[in-house]
Order: sequence, then structure tokens, then C-alpha cells
Amino acid sequence: MLGYILRRLIATLPVMLIVAVLVFLMLRLTPGDPAAIIAGDNANNEQIALIRNRLGLDEPIFTQFFIWIANILRGDFGESFFFKKTVAELIASRLEPTLALSLATIILAVAIAVPLGVLAAYKHGTLIDKVVMGFSVLGFSVPVFVIGYLLIYLFAIKLNWLPVQGYQRIADGVGGFLQRLILPALTLSVIYVALIARMTRTSVLDVMNEDYIRTARAKGQVEIKVLFKHALKNAAVPIVTVIGLGVALLIGGVVVTESVFTIPGLGRLTVDAVLARDYPTIQAVILLFSLVYVLINLAVDLAYTLFDPRIRY
Amino acid sequence: MASRSLRMMALVVAAALAFCGAAGAKTLRASMHSDLKIVDPIWTTALITVNHGYMIYDTLFALDAKLAVQPQMVDRYETSADKLTWTFTLRDGLEWHDGARVTAEDCVASLKRWGARDAMGQKLMSFVAELGAPDAKTIRMTLKEPYGLVLQTLAKPGASVPFMMPKRIAETDPQKQITEYVGSGPFIFKADEWRPGEKAVYLKNAKYKPRSEPASGLAGGKVAKVDRVEWIWIADAQTQVNALINGEIDFIEAPPHDLLPLLAEDKNIELFVFGKSGRQNALRFNTLHKPFDNAKIRLAVAYALNQKDLLDAVIGTPRWYVECKSLFPCGSPLQSTTGWDDKFTSDFAKARALLQEAGYDGSPVVLMQSTDIASLSNLAPVTKSLLEKAGFKVDLQAMDWQTLVTRRTKKDPPNAGGWSTFLTSWASVDILDPVAASFLNASCEKATFGWPCDAEMEKLRDSFAKETDPAKQKAIAEAVQLRLVDYPTHLMLGQYVQPQAFRKNVVGLLEAPSLALWNIEVK
Repeated sequence: MLGYILRRLIATLPVMLIVAVLVFLMLRLTPGDPAAIIAGDNANNEQIALIRNRLGLDEPIFTQFFIWIANILRGDFGESFFFKKTVAELIASRLEPTLALSLATIILAVAIAVPLGVLAAYKHGTLIDKVVMGFSVLGFSVPVFVIGYLLIYLFAIKLNWLPVQGYQRIADGVGGFLQRLILPALTLSVIYVALIARMTRTSVLDVMNEDYIRTARAKGQVEIKVLFKHALKNAAVPIVTVIGLGVALLIGGVVVTESVFTIPGLGRLTVDAVLARDYPTIQAVILLFSLVYVLINLAVDLAYTLFDPRIRY
Repeated sequence: MASRSLRMMALVVAAALAFCGAAGAKTLRASMHSDLKIVDPIWTTALITVNHGYMIYDTLFALDAKLAVQPQMVDRYETSADKLTWTFTLRDGLEWHDGARVTAEDCVASLKRWGARDAMGQKLMSFVAELGAPDAKTIRMTLKEPYGLVLQTLAKPGASVPFMMPKRIAETDPQKQITEYVGSGPFIFKADEWRPGEKAVYLKNAKYKPRSEPASGLAGGKVAKVDRVEWIWIADAQTQVNALINGEIDFIEAPPHDLLPLLAEDKNIELFVFGKSGRQNALRFNTLHKPFDNAKIRLAVAYALNQKDLLDAVIGTPRWYVECKSLFPCGSPLQSTTGWDDKFTSDFAKARALLQEAGYDGSPVVLMQSTDIASLSNLAPVTKSLLEKAGFKVDLQAMDWQTLVTRRTKKDPPNAGGWSTFLTSWASVDILDPVAASFLNASCEKATFGWPCDAEMEKLRDSFAKETDPAKQKAIAEAVQLRLVDYPTHLMLGQYVQPQAFRKNVVGLLEAPSLALWNIEVK
């Protein structure tokens, strides 16, 4: 197992290198010049060239790339073109809100979606099944920002239960932290709930006619035990896979949700950096997102062994 | 240095403690038009940084609500008979936020740094033979020849304001950003609470000595009436509106025009326009390439367009806009429609006749459309439609603003990655005269993107700069406007104002050329 983890971690390196090359090239090939943006409306070409020189953007693209890679290997992700901060500092300051939002979303989504999916499978073909599946289709179809606005309208403006926007760090009080996290997490979890509930229903349905389910029932097991102990555990591998793959979906959703709810996380940082063509920040954030995605896939692969003893690494 | 840092820290701590301890301490929570990313107002022209500058720095002169120049940090000033020597005496009691006294030397260093970056500052400095501080309260400026815009330049609002900073900070290389944020203005920047992408915080400067005159525009007594100001960055316009309705913020600096009816319906919210002079929409020509290398073809555009259609497309209701054919903003001293009364009438017959006379060969007009700025996006399709009706062939190319900003610096032909024209807008206070309006700069290679090249226009701009008699300045400004008919560098497409939205418990907002957050109370 340890050898497998080590091999997977080593395999991460070429993946990250490819991501680095791609993100670097894409940014350089995308129209937009940070120097012209920084220079503002009154600048002439001479002043813009001066800024470009100071940022090192007038160097050949290969030189820029190798300087960047060499700096990363030394643990230096560079300094943001716009914020007078190192990229590492910027990311560190934005990590907590995004982590909190992502974790809350996953917890909420799993807590809602898995029982819903199991229920839909158990009540297969009934009204409950159709309602759950209808909700799934709706969850997929409605854009995240629309769900966000609807929830804000209901819970913040009409009922006045929760704030419209903002984020409170956990160190400044758990109550405020949770109060501000509920709506964004609920918003972001809708699409995730739809995805997981659908997959749970299908997977559980697949195993419901297996011999061991019939055996469990014949032994007089109560239905809830049959469903959650026997059926769900055997159906878990595809569900865990979907939860892992859904992280990519989550990253995209975080960008929108953080904008709608004014959460100062990595999603907003990405949007701001892209709009300003802040190359060092965009590059570092994309690398971080890629690394997280690769590691989550590894975690998902390892989680298979918990649910299916036949899987060995 | 250590003692200065300690003094500064003590002052901020004292201000913070006073804030925490004061019963009923008042906080103004404002949602600004942009996030505060850069805090050096000399290094960048970003409007949000200018707003930040007015919070913590002060200026030697300032414009009042009627756009007239008034002394601010300066107590009195005099000019020699030959108009070559200007002497400015600072007010008593001016202090930096670190407790040190404001000296003339600080101001001289500040003017030199600003003069190295700002276009109007550079122009002023090109006339300056000597700038010095004969004593701690006196600034002396000796000119090579009379310059008619000394006070207007020192009082300029808008982009790149001559803010005063301590000498040690002002001596920072103008090409680099400052790293210490000490001013002498009515608020103190709380750098430790500044979280880019989230919020910026300012505390009342209890030691600030306001002028005795009532506050007017950016001039007069700047009295901070709240203990703390928080600029909360809310990127999403709809969320800004929801937060204001819900009472989570007190003020929105720039709500989009299409959401104004929603705000106007709420009984707890009021709309207010602090900048009555507003902004002017403009169409910029690239004079290097066909078809706009021909002045007559550029003039044909003026006949083809009309301001009403364009303003309706982006602002909607005439309550917030005004059709204005003046080159210099309507409501400003140099307002005039001389030479332009018959333009912007969508007189397609006249436009077609001009195109024929100029020998227009059907070269496509590459019109760059910025799609991510609501106040600009809709201008482009309307412009395209009107130009096509006049006989132009138009290639509308959509892109985000940052791409446009980059592409407009390219001198390549329009069909090889260059451009022919684009639409933008200026704060009216940035285009009050022929020197300030950078689109009138027709110095060829040294001009901004579009690179107009016209010796006559440059001669007029120079004579405006040297003229000290306001009546003669006005006559020269009219001559510039007439010259623009023969040599259009850009076209003015109407003026609009940006209302602010605030909750009714916020009182004391000032009409001013830039956002002024002093004088405001939260009841």
C-alpha cells in the first residue's frame, strides 16, 4: 500500500509539470497585457514598456518560464503584479474561506444526497422516487448563481434569518462563522446533491436484487439495516468515485458562489487575478487546484479498499 | 526611524482603542466600485486608489463643489508680478499620521514624485525652473515662463492627484510603489486590517485640523464624523443591492443603472449623485490606419452618430444623462458647442456625402467592444448600426476590457491585430481643459493610443497652457474645439452621472468631483 502511494505521488510530478507548462502557455497566449492594465488610461507606449520591463515580461517566453519554474522549485511562487504581497501569502490568506466552504458543501451534500438516493432506490418507481429524481434534474439544470439569489431572497431578505453576504473567520467566533457559511454551502451543495443522489440511487438499485440482500432479508434484518449496512456498503465504490470527481465541479462552483456571497476565498482570487492578468497568482492557484484534484483522486482510490476488500494495492 | 514607527503605532493603537472604547462608535460600511489592490495613488491612476488617497492624504489645493480652485493645505499664496514665482505658505497645525509636522520639504518631494508620473504634472514640471522650500512652511516654485494652469494642476482631482506625503515616502522611486502609508488627511489607513479582496479599514484622524470654511466638494473643512470607515468589497452588483436593502452595508458607491429602480423602491434607501459633472462617453480613433487616417472620414462618424440612442442603450433613463455636444464637460467653465451643433444628429446623407468626398474605399472599421463593463458594452452595437446606416463597413470585435486595453496599444493595421476605434468614458473632471484631456494630445508618437498627429492642435494646447487670463483661455479652448472639427482625435458621446445609493440613516454626503467620505454621519 505504502509503495502504491509513493508511486502515485511520484506520478504526480509529471502531471504537475504538464499543468505548469499548459497554464503558463495559455496565459501568455491569451490576449491581455498586465503592464497595459497597470499603466492605466493616460499611459503611452513608452510608459507601458517600462512597466513590462520591470515585471520581466519583456524577456523571451522560455526565459520567463524557466525563471518561474526555478523559483517554484525553491518554494518561491513570486509576487502578485497587483497586490503588494507574495503569491504564497495571498493564497494562505484566502485558503480558510474556500476550505470551509468546500468541506461544508461536501458534508452537507453527502448528508442529504446519500439518504435521498437510498430512499429513491428503496421506493423505486413510486412518487418519492420521481420527486427525488426530479429534484436531481432541477439541481443539475439551474445555475449556481440563480440558486444563490433565490436562497438570499428567501432566507436573508424575506425571512431575515441569515446575512446576505460576507465571511467571518472561525477564529472570530463559531456562531458568526456558521451563520455566514450556511447559505453559500447550501447553494453550492445543490448540484452536488443532485449528482450524488442520482448515483446513489442507481448503485443501490444495482445491488438490491443481489443474493446477499435477499439473504439478509431472509435472516430477518430490518429494512434500514439491509439498505444502509448491506446495500449501501456494496454500492459505495461508484458513489465515492462520483464524490471525488465532483470536486472538479466544486472548484468551478466555488468561483461563482464566492462571488455571489462575497466570500474572500481562492475562487474570488482566481477571478480577480484572471481579470487583471495577474500571471503569478493565476499560475499558482491553478497549480494548487490541480494538485488538490490529483490528491483527491488518490484519496478516492485508497478509499475503495475500505468498502471493497477485494481491492488491493 | 524606530521612534517614528513607534509614534505611528501608538497613534493607530490609540485611535483603535478610542474606537473600541467609545460608546456608540459609528462605522460607515461602504461598498465601493472596486477592490482596493494598490495603495499608492501616485503610482496608479485607478479610481479606487484615488478614493483611498482622498481618505488619508491631503492636497495643497482642491476643487470645491463648483469646480473652483480653493486652498486646502495652503494657508495663503502669492504670485510675482511677472507670474514666474509662486509662493505657497502652509497652514498651521498640519501633522502627519505619525505625529510629525508637515513641512514644505515634504510637499516639495511629493510634488516632484507626482510630477514625474502624471501627465499634467509633467507638463507643469516642464515649466518649472526651480522648486524648493526656503523654510519649513514655505514652498517656492519658479517658472521658466508663465504657466496658466498652476493652480488647476495642483488642485486636479480624478486620476493621479498631487497628494502630499512625508519626504521619506515621497522620495520613493516614482516607478516603484510606496510601502508606508502615512498621510495627513482626515482618516488613517489601518494597514493591518486591509485584506485585498475583502475590505479596507480607515479610522478617524482625531488630530486632523480641518479648515474653518464649511466643506464644499474636495475643499473646505474636512470633518470626519464617523469613527471608522469600512470599504467592503462586494464584487457582485446584485449582492451589493441585497446587502444594502438588508442593512448589512450603508452605502453603494456605484450601483449599476439597471438596478436603480429596485433601490428607488425601497423606503429605507435614497439615491444621491456626488459627482454632478459625471462622466463623458467617448469614441477614440486610431489615426494611423485606414479608414480613420482621413480626418474627413472621422468627421463623417460625428454626423452618423447621435448621443440619445447611445445614452439610451447604456443608461436608459434621461434622468441620469444629458446630451452634450461640448468637447469640455457640460457644466464646466469651458463648456461650449461651437462648431458641433450640427453633429451627432444621425444625418446619414451628410455622412455619406463626406465619405464620398473623402474617397472612402470600404475599408472595414474594426470596432472593439468591451463586453464586461456594463456602461460600455451596449454602446458598440448601437455605434455599429448607426455607422452602417451611413455607409461604413464595420467589423465589431467583442473582447473583455483588459484585452481591449492591451490591444489598443498596438499600432498594427486593423486587419493584423490592430484596431480602428473603440468606446470608453472619462470622468468629466479629467477633461476640464485642453491640457488635462489626454485624448487631445496630438503629439504623434508621444500621444496616447490612437496617436493623433497635428501640429496645430499642439500649438493651441501649448498656448492654452501658457495663457493666464481665463477669458483668453476660454477663447483658446473654443479654438481647440473648432480644430477638433477639422482634425477629430475622438468624439464626445454624451454625459451621464453615476448615482450613489445609501440608507437613510446616512447623512451629510457631499457633492464633489471625487468621492468625499468626510462630513458624513451615520445616525
